[in-house]
Amino acid sequence: MLIRDSRLDIPSSEITPRAVWLNRRALMAGAGSLVAGGLLSAAAAPLQTVKSDLTTTGETLTPLEDVTTYNNFYEFGTGKSDPSENGSSLTTSPWSVRIDGLVDKPGDYTLEDLIAAQPIEDRVYRMRCVEAWSMVIPWNGFPLAALLNRVGVQPSAKYVAFETLVRPSEMPDQDSSYPALPYPYVEGLRLDEAMSPLTLMAVGLYGETLLPQNGAPIRLVVPWKYGFKGIKSIVRISLTDQQPPTTWNILAANEYGFYANVNPQVDHPRWSQATERRIGEGFNARRDTLMFNGYGDFVASMYAGMDLTQNY
Amino acid sequence: MASTASPTALQRVHGALRRVPTWSIYLLCMAPAIVYAALAFTDRLGADPARALEHALGLWGLRLLLIGLAITPIREIFGLNLVRFRRVVGLAAFTTIALHLLSWAWLDVAFDPATMWKDISRRPYITIGMAAFILLIPLAVTSTNAMIRRLGPKAWNRLHKLVYLIAILGGLHFLLLKKTIQAEPLIYLGLAVILIGWRLVPRRKAAVPARG
Repeated sequence: MLIRDSRLDIPSSEITPRAVWLNRRALMAGAGSLVAGGLLSAAAAPLQTVKSDLTTTGETLTPLEDVTTYNNFYEFGTGKSDPSENGSSLTTSPWSVRIDGLVDKPGDYTLEDLIAAQPIEDRVYRMRCVEAWSMVIPWNGFPLAALLNRVGVQPSAKYVAFETLVRPSEMPDQDSSYPALPYPYVEGLRLDEAMSPLTLMAVGLYGETLLPQNGAPIRLVVPWKYGFKGIKSIVRISLTDQQPPTTWNILAANEYGFYANVNPQVDHPRWSQATERRIGEGFNARRDTLMFNGYGDFVASMYAGMDLTQNY
Repeated sequence: MASTASPTALQRVHGALRRVPTWSIYLLCMAPAIVYAALAFTDRLGADPARALEHALGLWGLRLLLIGLAITPIREIFGLNLVRFRRVVGLAAFTTIALHLLSWAWLDVAFDPATMWKDISRRPYITIGMAAFILLIPLAVTSTNAMIRRLGPKAWNRLHKLVYLIAILGGLHFLLLKKTIQAEPLIYLGLAVILIGWRLVPRRKAAVPARG
């Protein structure tokens, strides 16, 4: 089902004031309820999910409070608590994702449509940030491959490009005179990486829909890569035949490569990647970082023969 | 400026300050480190306590260095003389920065000499931070009256000009550890440059009582 949503053409300057009073109405009507035709900011709502064989076992989950208050999402500020403090007013309904480029069925796909097309799976994954800290997060989502198969990837496509929402009225750093990053935030994967059964489009965590600080309403999760590859609040997915630009690589190509695979042997130029601090585990949080974040059995073959110190 | 405080008000402030023991100012300057240590031991530093403690101690060490550097400009611009407290501010900066280094060595690299050396030799921001700390050691060691007498005031003053370089290195260390160039470290580096640059600007000293 493909729905062209003309409401998305409304300039954001007109949406904001309306969102303010509609959000208030929604709060009074009960947080998380969906008001037909209304604009709603994200509040966690329960999700119907199914189990998955691809979930990571043997790890202690990072507490929900840490997962939702210790975040990097520079659109809301560069401090770890900025996203949870500044993100709550993000309007996430209605939401649609434009899928274009080398696909058979391009168009604007609504979030409801993307979620309803297949079961939402429980996937526990380790998340390793390039800043040398990590979490274990129970995501809820669906394989990106399912979506790509549905829209029909053309044979000439070699890469998948992703783009985050630009909405300065709700994302303070985009409104800043000195933004921390060039916006929109963009990311990309090679097509085989995108088709990996591990690559997830997450719409929730801990069984509830995502909060803005975690990338509401839909984000990418690539567990064998550094966290910054997991682009948040996605509004566009494009299939291309050229390697797409990626935000951190644009900013500092010598520090952040296109691949950004977790690799304890290849250090960041300014700090070691050999170990990590597991969030929520106090002062005994240090542990060794695993090659491909421990997912090498699934993904190492994709990089066979590549020099990973060059393709970092 | 100086005209906003009447001479009697300034004299009264100076009179009150004379009764303040310097050790109490040392304790006051150590308060952030003490508070953060207490928060750490009671597990109230949030999701990533090692990072929170390291950063708080480093930031307060840098702030204390800058406060110490501000004492001479404050005296010359406002006529407020805090020179008696400069030594304990400097010592508190040294202690806080030593605790910052200890928190890194303990919590970040678990006193592993190989990892420590790798970090110091290969991470520019750690190299710079470590250089700044090493330069601070002779200043702390020569902070006693006996050492001032032994070195002679001229040599002692020359040695203690090292603090200018240390403050700049501290600001650079802060700037380089962020993923992007961010406003906060730039502000601290800018303050260090202003406080040092101010000393290089030639000025008339007639209006200022020559002291310390």
